Amino acid sequence: MSITYLDAIREAQARALAEDPRVFIYGQDVGGFGGAFKATKGLAQRFPGRVLDSPISEDAMVGLGIGAAIEGLRPIIELQFADFSALAFNQIVNQAATLHWRTNVPCPLTIRLPCGGTSGSGPFHSQSMEALYAHYPGLVVLTPATVEDAYSMLLEAVALDDPVIFCEHKYLYYHLKAERLPTEATPVGKARVARAGRDLTLVAYSAMVHEALAVAEELASEGTEIEVVDLRSVKPLDTDTVVASVARTGRLLCVGEAWPWGGVTAEVIARVASEGFGLLDAPPQRLNAKDTPVPYHPDLWAAHRPTARSIAAAARRVLRM
Amino acid sequence: MVQSALSPGAVGVIGAWPDVHTRAYRLMLLARILDDKFASLYRMGKIHGGVFLGRGQEALSVAIGLGLRQGDVFAPMIRDLAGRLAFGEPILDAVRTYLGSALGPMRGRDGNVHRGRPTAGLLPMISHLGAMIAVVNGALLAHRFKGLAGRVGVASVGDGATSTGSFHEAVNQAAVERLPLVLVVANNQYAYSTPNERQFACRSLLDKTAGYGLSGEAVDGTDLSACLEVVGRAIRQARAGAGPQMVVATLLRLCGHGEHDDAGYVDPALKASPIGRDCLKVAEQQLLENNWADASKLAAWRQEAARKVEGAVAKVQREPAPDPYQEDWCALASKHLAEGREEGQVT
Repeated sequence: MSITYLDAIREAQARALAEDPRVFIYGQDVGGFGGAFKATKGLAQRFPGRVLDSPISEDAMVGLGIGAAIEGLRPIIELQFADFSALAFNQIVNQAATLHWRTNVPCPLTIRLPCGGTSGSGPFHSQSMEALYAHYPGLVVLTPATVEDAYSMLLEAVALDDPVIFCEHKYLYYHLKAERLPTEATPVGKARVARAGRDLTLVAYSAMVHEALAVAEELASEGTEIEVVDLRSVKPLDTDTVVASVARTGRLLCVGEAWPWGGVTAEVIARVASEGFGLLDAPPQRLNAKDTPVPYHPDLWAAHRPTARSIAAAARRVLRM
Repeated sequence: MVQSALSPGAVGVIGAWPDVHTRAYRLMLLARILDDKFASLYRMGKIHGGVFLGRGQEALSVAIGLGLRQGDVFAPMIRDLAGRLAFGEPILDAVRTYLGSALGPMRGRDGNVHRGRPTAGLLPMISHLGAMIAVVNGALLAHRFKGLAGRVGVASVGDGATSTGSFHEAVNQAAVERLPLVLVVANNQYAYSTPNERQFACRSLLDKTAGYGLSGEAVDGTDLSACLEVVGRAIRQARAGAGPQMVVATLLRLCGHGEHDDAGYVDPALKASPIGRDCLKVAEQQLLENNWADASKLAAWRQEAARKVEGAVAKVQREPAPDPYQEDWCALASKHLAEGREEGQVT
């Protein structure tokens, strides 16, 4: 029996709906159609009246979620692509994220964003927006890289009293599989050492974790042991686990699919440089997408984002420093 | 459901007409005197940040508050002091928020008209116009999920807000979901300095009802009787399941956009026209003409309102400001997820 990352997301939602009457799902095409990516397939039938189709109104979708959350419900808002969350940005960062701080009333809202690039998606169906949301106080930003985390972190997201931006990676939806759903979970806020190592700390999140693991595998055959850290949540960011890893290896390379300026990789480097400077044997480095919109053509797209190949080259440079 | 922090008995009981009128007038009077006090404190330099008054809009505003009941939801706009008081907001909430008392509902973290009590149904606005309407929609949807029948939500906006994308999306959403939303639009002729002809091109904002699929009615915003009747009817219809309702009131803003603004751009012809009437004076005239109050009664009410206001201000001026060293500086409810790293922290 094989479960995809998408199956895990669907199962987590089914479980949330079954176990908590306060949960409902609202988004475009999520009802009878089951969602653009089928993340809610069958749920409207199983839970009549709790999986609702919205008009194309990202601002009002999130606003509605906030209002329902104030009244004690636990809405899951599915946006069809992370890129479209730009239209909900005001409600997310100015209303959902500030409500508790301003009023002491929590906003237990989960916003699911299909993030990241797939070949041919182009500039408006490929973005990774975690850094924008992590920047604003009052939001929790999650970036599950595994089938297990897609399941357990979504359940935790719904259970949290804060607004959660749940960044799912579309490429992983059908490509990543696991044997079974987890019975235990590492809590939100803790990073995971995905592969133990000695010579270099390679920090990644979401789909890049798998590229990083491929690089570690390749360099292991050359006698280099790379430690791969999966951040799991971008906000809060588990600095302690990253710094502890750098204490072991002395070298840091941080990889992200998003753009360089002010991204997650910048944040990781800033923290390690200021809190673990003495641990470093070489300048901390990062690798991101090129500083342009995400291109459409597959050849351009392949060169735009970090790949196992470009990460391996960067890792070798850091090891030689 | 959380015990309401609002004053019981202040909301939603419509009794005999003279009593309703009197009650409405007294709330309008209190709002006007409190607003005048805020203006005065502002000019004395006692208020940090902006001051936004509801002068000229009290009739429409109080009609909203009196039509609502405990369990309903109200998202006021910046000029709804009268409506808030009628809905049951304590006068101390307004004074504390304006004077930055640590004891106010926003505890200094937000100020002036950005105040509310969300679990009591009084939504604290964010500054982005139109954004509160969808929040009211969400609360109403939640009521429906919880099987709470007979409740409504009022979203109060000005003419300016009707141009926003948020307004458009939320009104459409309310109509699609057939929610018991009452949208009260105060067309006071100006959005800051922008007159109607630079704000919208339809003949009347009421024309939008056809576009969205709601029912609507216009009202003379300077006439308390008309406001009580029309707003009351819209609320009753929504409550009875007739779907979302829209009320478009015509009036004139009788103050600046904020107290920093002298409103020199307002067309004097508008001021001199019937829509430029002061609804408070009009309501007063109605009380006198119908013999529901006499001059000495009015004077006594005015003195009582002034005493309430002075008392509240005197009390709050003795209260402490929020202490930055007592703040946890954490925006999350889940404290275990706070990062706890401050700028300048050196290890």
